Amino acid sequence: MRRVREFIIESILFLAALSSVATTFAIVSILVIESIPFFRHVPLLVFLTDIQWTPLFDDAHYGIMPLMAGTLVTTGVALLVAIPLGTTIAIYLCEFAPHRVREIIKPFLELLGAVPTVVFGYFALIFVTPIMQKLIPGLPGFNMLSAGLVMGIMIVPYIASVSEDAMHAVPKHILEGSYAMGATRFQTAVRVIIPSAFSGIASAYILGISRAVGETMIVAIAAGQQPNLTLNPMEPAATISAYIVQVSLGDLPHGSIGYQTIFVAGLSLMLITLIFNILGYFLAKRFREVY
Amino acid sequence: MPEQSIDHIRRMIARHKLWDHIFAIVGILSLMVGILTLLALFTELAIEGAPRIGWKLFTSFPSRHPEKAGILSAWVGTTLIMLVTAASAVPLGVASAVYLEEYARKNWLTAIIEINVTNLAGVPSIVYGLLALGLFVYKLDFGQSILSAGLTLALLILPIVIVSAREAIRAVPGSIREAAYALGATKWQTVRDHVLPYSLGGILTGTIMGLSRAIGETAPVITIGALTFIAFLPQSPFSDVFPFVSFRWLMDPFTVMPIQMFNWTSRPEAAFQHNAAAAGVILLVMTLIMNGIAIYIRYRFRKRIKW
Repeated sequence: MRRVREFIIESILFLAALSSVATTFAIVSILVIESIPFFRHVPLLVFLTDIQWTPLFDDAHYGIMPLMAGTLVTTGVALLVAIPLGTTIAIYLCEFAPHRVREIIKPFLELLGAVPTVVFGYFALIFVTPIMQKLIPGLPGFNMLSAGLVMGIMIVPYIASVSEDAMHAVPKHILEGSYAMGATRFQTAVRVIIPSAFSGIASAYILGISRAVGETMIVAIAAGQQPNLTLNPMEPAATISAYIVQVSLGDLPHGSIGYQTIFVAGLSLMLITLIFNILGYFLAKRFREVY
Repeated sequence: MPEQSIDHIRRMIARHKLWDHIFAIVGILSLMVGILTLLALFTELAIEGAPRIGWKLFTSFPSRHPEKAGILSAWVGTTLIMLVTAASAVPLGVASAVYLEEYARKNWLTAIIEINVTNLAGVPSIVYGLLALGLFVYKLDFGQSILSAGLTLALLILPIVIVSAREAIRAVPGSIREAAYALGATKWQTVRDHVLPYSLGGILTGTIMGLSRAIGETAPVITIGALTFIAFLPQSPFSDVFPFVSFRWLMDPFTVMPIQMFNWTSRPEAAFQHNAAAAGVILLVMTLIMNGIAIYIRYRFRKRIKW
């Protein structure tokens, strides 16, 4: 009797654990199944090389490049902000900050990471864009620069906390060795901690990239929603995720080509994230230091 | 050692120390960038939103007139969706964590589940929205309802709940389990009566953190087709006839706080920006309170339990 009950409970728990695998499976299969009819209609080569994305117009073009460009530019701007700031903060908190400062600062950083993205979007549009317009005359009201900057600030806490964890994991005797040789804290940080923790820091960057690529509301609010093939952050443009939101806000009939395009966009988004994750995996493996 | 080379070494040390100081300043400045942004964001929202914040904001439906528009349907929608999310994510997440920590054998299947949980945490939230649109809204025919939205957000925060529950369970010392086994308890009895109660603090903290993430999520909820303008409430969960509770609200259309804010932000009329800011303030306060509660619970449990 006891045996049977234990077995039933274990099976239920096992099924619960399997639910996460089922989720992944469901995500991949829904994206692929809904995308197949689209690729019957639009050849893959056209999808990759056409320079216009106007699936809802009469003169429909289905080229992913403009959306891809928007995603890359906003992500690029965000990383230019987040990587230097995040890494500096991580080193500072790990090696320089007094204990008290750390305890006070860390909750604030956590808070910065917990702000809903729609609030950041509002902030980018209403607060950051007017300031940037004063600095850069002629900047349009919707632009990728403000969106990217705010997105960068949003990612800083993620990069800082994951890199700091990695830096903390560096064995203390190595640091003490470095100090014993007369190195300063800065020298130790640059020459000892960063190389030793590199695989962890790389994962932090990859996490940041995934966040930036998938981030939706900031770009949908502040970067404009017009697909625009440009690498100039001063212009408005739509990203892959912003396009999905824009289409979802309208009323698209189930099964129409417009409906299929958002799944194609989602599939592209997943593939980009996947590529970066695989890259990160190999980077981390290549530079992993074992003590 | 000749005088000259000692001088040289001293100069070198001074130079390196200078770099140390410079970096300390750069570090503080970097921190300030983050914290000043946070401050600017709070002040901006508070100033812009001040004229709209008041009792009427909570009791009015959205409207064409900015001064009359409120967040009644939005906060009711958010509350109901959080109920569905918590009710589905917590049992599923805790059960997965218990399985992975207490039962799973070290084999390829366990490895797949573990890698999978990590990867799910990195999937962009809007992709969960597409999953829900294809699966919940059309295949399972839940429609654009509170149920669909709650389940979507539950899947979204599942990795957070699993990871934090696992950490909490792992922190329970093995000696506790061995003591239970020694008294003849079965595995499940050990888990139910000892491991779970001791890890409750960590599990609660993780769950609230997850919910505070879910409350601000906009994109997946837009994707499944939440309406941006709703001037009615879902059906009441209480009914006059036996058994006095009704679950018909699960199938009702809805809107949530972040969508209401997004809708007001994207209106051309400047007056609606005040409404957006007011909604933003309420949303931030909700997130803050949830994070505060989570941090407090973590602190309390840490203090109370000493192994």
